[in-house]
Amino acid sequence: MVYEFDWSSIPGALPFLWDGMKISLEITLTAIVVGIVWGTLLAMMRLSSVKPLSLFAAGYVNLFRAVPLVMVLLWFFLIVPKFIEQAFSLPPGTDLRLTSAMIGFALFESAYYSEIIRAGIQSVPKGQMAACQALGMTYGQAMRLVILPQAFRNMVPLLLTQGIILFQDTSLVYVSALADFFGAAYKVGDRDGRLVELLLFAGLVYFVLCFAASMLVKHLQKKYHPA
Amino acid sequence: MNYQWNWGVFLQPTAAGDDIYLGWMLSGLQMTVMLSLSAWLIALLLGAVIGVLRTVPNRFLSGLAATYVELFRNVPLLVQLFIWYFVLPELVPASLGDAYKQSHPVFQQFLAAMVCLGLFTSARVAEQVRSGINALPRGQKNAGLALGFSLPQVYRHVLLPMAFRLIVPPLTSEFLNIFKNSAVCSTIGLLELAAQGRQLVDYTAQPYESFIAVTVAYVAINIIVMTLMKKLEDKVRVPGYMGGK
Amino acid sequence: MIQIANVSKSYGSFDVLKDCSTTVNKGEVIVVCGPSGSGKSTLIKCVNGLEPFQSGQIIVNGTSVGDPKTNLSKLRAHVGMVFQHFELFPHMSITENLAIAQIKVLKRNRDEAVDKGLKLLDRVGLKAHAHKFPGQLSGGQQQRVAIARALAMDPICMLFDEPTSALDPEMINEVLDVMTELAQEGMTMMCVTHEMGFAKRVANRVIFMDHGRIVEDDSKDAFFANPRSERAQQFLAKILHH
Repeated sequence: MVYEFDWSSIPGALPFLWDGMKISLEITLTAIVVGIVWGTLLAMMRLSSVKPLSLFAAGYVNLFRAVPLVMVLLWFFLIVPKFIEQAFSLPPGTDLRLTSAMIGFALFESAYYSEIIRAGIQSVPKGQMAACQALGMTYGQAMRLVILPQAFRNMVPLLLTQGIILFQDTSLVYVSALADFFGAAYKVGDRDGRLVELLLFAGLVYFVLCFAASMLVKHLQKKYHPA
Repeated sequence: MNYQWNWGVFLQPTAAGDDIYLGWMLSGLQMTVMLSLSAWLIALLLGAVIGVLRTVPNRFLSGLAATYVELFRNVPLLVQLFIWYFVLPELVPASLGDAYKQSHPVFQQFLAAMVCLGLFTSARVAEQVRSGINALPRGQKNAGLALGFSLPQVYRHVLLPMAFRLIVPPLTSEFLNIFKNSAVCSTIGLLELAAQGRQLVDYTAQPYESFIAVTVAYVAINIIVMTLMKKLEDKVRVPGYMGGK
Repeated sequence: MIQIANVSKSYGSFDVLKDCSTTVNKGEVIVVCGPSGSGKSTLIKCVNGLEPFQSGQIIVNGTSVGDPKTNLSKLRAHVGMVFQHFELFPHMSITENLAIAQIKVLKRNRDEAVDKGLKLLDRVGLKAHAHKFPGQLSGGQQQRVAIARALAMDPICMLFDEPTSALDPEMINEVLDVMTELAQEGMTMMCVTHEMGFAKRVANRVIFMDHGRIVEDDSKDAFFANPRSERAQQFLAKILHH
């Protein structure tokens, strides 16, 4: 007996799956933007000579990097609704899962982005900072005009690759039963008794998107760093 | 907030009456460690083979290895896990699939989780092995061949011993990742650390204590693994090379 | 112009500089030489505060460098410095490299800054390369741009930290020529270099350092004719006979 595939439940479910994909992309983009901004600040704190700042950043980054994403998400699904309900006096039970997921991902990814950015800043030769100072620039000017532009240029491929990983990781909001793309696919498959087809379809979609994106990153890398 | 802290909860007998809650946590920890270590073994062995194949002067073999790596890198771990657990048993010959489905549920979950994590991580290990081999001076391979080694011998005696030493730090982070990624396996019902944490919340309504306990356990695993790998790094360091003395 | 008085610096128990004192007067050209690790680069970096020091005093044009109240950025804006590895900003064109600090630090307007930069670029013989990026120039050319970049700030004195030691031999002279010209125009200069020919041509005084100490501080003629210390004699013998 060979398994008989039946793909018929997919076409009808496409709008629902697309809604899911929009949630996945929404979480990914929020986390990338917040992650890079907050990650840059964390990286600068980590490299700063002000002890409390560098200790805080090191603690933040190491804690988030030691704990599984699933666990971080569970924490945020637990804590964020309580805070927001109190802060905005919302009725308890308001659906804040998407908000929680976004905050959780953004804060979690910041830790990873900050490590990439820190390495990027450190990859700029030390003499560049000395040259800026010798020209009379302040620390802020040197960072903004000379160090960060070079650092980001070196980091673009890594930042994009991290974005692809992040997009894959968003599937983990499954633990909160939020209908992102994967959650939607699972729900449809479960409903129609066609889990095999829907899971394979979801895998294929992720593969095509991520593979195409990583090819694009490789292409960009070749174009801008031919060496 | 008027949350009632109760750290004594871990010493209370479970609702099922089989143990105290601390016992659940410890069995979850044990499952996480067993799963991660067995998957790591698969990942190292398979990753070494695939990584070597990516560097051999044979288009077909290196292409095959590249496809393997891309396949496992571009599909989310959760999707891979569900495919191993829900899809594959349906697609293999019925006798095999039925045998799997009739085995003990924990065995089913563990097998799917181990294979999934192992293969997922092997693709990452393979990339590290490849970059380690490529980081060695080209003369090394030629020197080996000039001494009359066969190509497999060159890999076995010249390239791999050095490449593995070079990639201890990135392998450390993959090793840490496998512990963290094992938490994903709670989604198929495997009662590892994160799953026990959630189960505790359902039974005791003390979410903070149980989440803190689980988080501390992961941090502890992290510290232990890093310490051990640092020891390994010092031990395999080559004198006169890369900060070696 | 520059007074260095009893400056010492150490990393833990390792002394990098020990009780160094000297003076550079306006219009003087001082060459600092010595074996590697002797502290000469550290000393010159102390002059514009790129390296902190633990004791002693450095006064540049009336401003104390070690004083925590001193606005170092303001001071450095008028003390030019040229580095061993050029340190042009690789992501900016040559024009932009010359203009950026004038605009952001001296608050000159862009046209003025670009104009001034191009004039100086012409002076070091590289006007045709204005639109290029640092990576497209040879080492010697990059170093000349770096000198022009420092000059664009209208410095009251110039510090050179081994400006030719990262260069291929055939490029050393193009940089030394620019430096010689600058010296002849009366610029106050402090140069860490091993180029003894340059020292003989333009230096007023030569400072020889060893193990963090200033061992010799003498007029050029006295130094080359008859170095007092044995260490300097050995150094000169080695450096002049290869």
